[in-house]
Amino acid sequence: MLHTARPNHPPTGGFSFENTRRNAVLEGNLSEVGYSAPKARKTGTTIAGILFKDGVILGADTRATDDMVVADKNCMKIHYIAPNIYCCGAGVAADAEITTQMMSSNVELHALSTGRPPLVVTVTRQLKQMLFRYQGHIGSSLIVGGVDVTGSHLYSIYPHGSTDKLPFLTMGSGAASAISVFEDRYKPDMELEEAKQLVRDAITAGIFCDLGSGSNVDLCVITQAGVQYLRGYDQPAQKGRKQGQYRYKPGTTAVLTEKVTPLPLHVVDESVQLMDTQ
Amino acid sequence: MTSNSEWRSAAVSTGTTIIAVRYDGGVVIGSDSRASMGGEYVSSRVINKVVQVHDKIFCCMSGSLADAQAVTNAVIHKLNFHSMQMGEPPLVQSAASIMREFCYNHRDELSAGFIVAGWDRKRGPQVFQVSLGGMVVEQEFTIGGSGSTYIYGYVDAKFKPGMTREQCLSFTTNALTLAMDRDNVSGGVVHLAVVTESGAERQLIPGNKLPMFHRI
Repeated sequence: MLHTARPNHPPTGGFSFENTRRNAVLEGNLSEVGYSAPKARKTGTTIAGILFKDGVILGADTRATDDMVVADKNCMKIHYIAPNIYCCGAGVAADAEITTQMMSSNVELHALSTGRPPLVVTVTRQLKQMLFRYQGHIGSSLIVGGVDVTGSHLYSIYPHGSTDKLPFLTMGSGAASAISVFEDRYKPDMELEEAKQLVRDAITAGIFCDLGSGSNVDLCVITQAGVQYLRGYDQPAQKGRKQGQYRYKPGTTAVLTEKVTPLPLHVVDESVQLMDTQ
Repeated sequence: MTSNSEWRSAAVSTGTTIIAVRYDGGVVIGSDSRASMGGEYVSSRVINKVVQVHDKIFCCMSGSLADAQAVTNAVIHKLNFHSMQMGEPPLVQSAASIMREFCYNHRDELSAGFIVAGWDRKRGPQVFQVSLGGMVVEQEFTIGGSGSTYIYGYVDAKFKPGMTREQCLSFTTNALTLAMDRDNVSGGVVHLAVVTESGAERQLIPGNKLPMFHRI
């Protein structure tokens, strides 16, 4: 029987909560001197998912932020879990990345163990149990979507370990902007092109209205037939051309008076240094 | 208008109003459907807080959604085993007891309260409140969650022993509506479940079909 990776084995490395106490002390010491500890890079992010007629569409923006600086203009936030299951990750970039990679391995081992293709609910259950175990310290908010033998499913998982099963979902800092687009225009059983447009519009709302989201829209369409990963599906925020000219013609400002005062400069010291230019 | 975005790192809380009433033939259980983050953002407007833990036993969740879901899943698992070992459907008191065991043993780490209600062969319909620290109290009717504070007066005044199933349903619906109208973290639709000897039946009342209590 193949064993799945159990992140909660007696700690031989990796997560050890003893450090949180030390970090808190260090943070206090640093702030006294006026510095602050380096912050983990978050993805800012707008991620979204919907169920449509033939399956699931996941969407994400591509900006990763480091506080107020864009650290990565084109990062991938839609992660592979299984051939028929993908996962969007928001929150702390490293947490989302590593969590989804761990789940991908677990799901493959589980599928080999059971001899069946993986179910979306399996991924969700394993993710929520792991995140709950870490009590929200793993800061990843995830949207898991896929098509399995029981149909197409979409789940959201919050950092503390709660889950929601809904036909449309948004997460991340741009969630509020994106959900408004969905609430207005979502209909059950939409066609593929209409659904892709809706997800694109929702992510675009996040890109424009949220500072933590930006750059391109990535889409991932999952159906019974397979997966279409559309990286860079749309680039709504391209740099525009300036409308006006800020140069003025010479002579625009009239010169009224002119006074020239030459500065007397004397050579005080002269030294020559030869350069070896062989 | 607030510009702070602390709600994004807040845990999802169920806000909540939950209620359960016992009548002669069964129990009526109800909840609202709102999950909020930091009291500012509704993360889900349609969650069902009335969870079936066994064929004729339901529980309502309140408090931190992650804690409530984790405990509920653990209770479903343990109750299932218990029922298989006993070779018969479990008692409502057993469900409440298992729930209490989790809540009490982990009372420092958890932040969730429950109502356990259902029907069993030994004592018929029962309603238990399993609160935050693990206290279990059996009552004729009980309310819970943040929205319950607004309806204590209503339920105390309106409850009468010996109500019929229809009266219990309207009592529950009215109480939930009044709480949802006043509490900002309760809202959405009303989820109901009726459990009797013959089984369990779920109902959903959409927001626009709820009773109106005032004209604005």
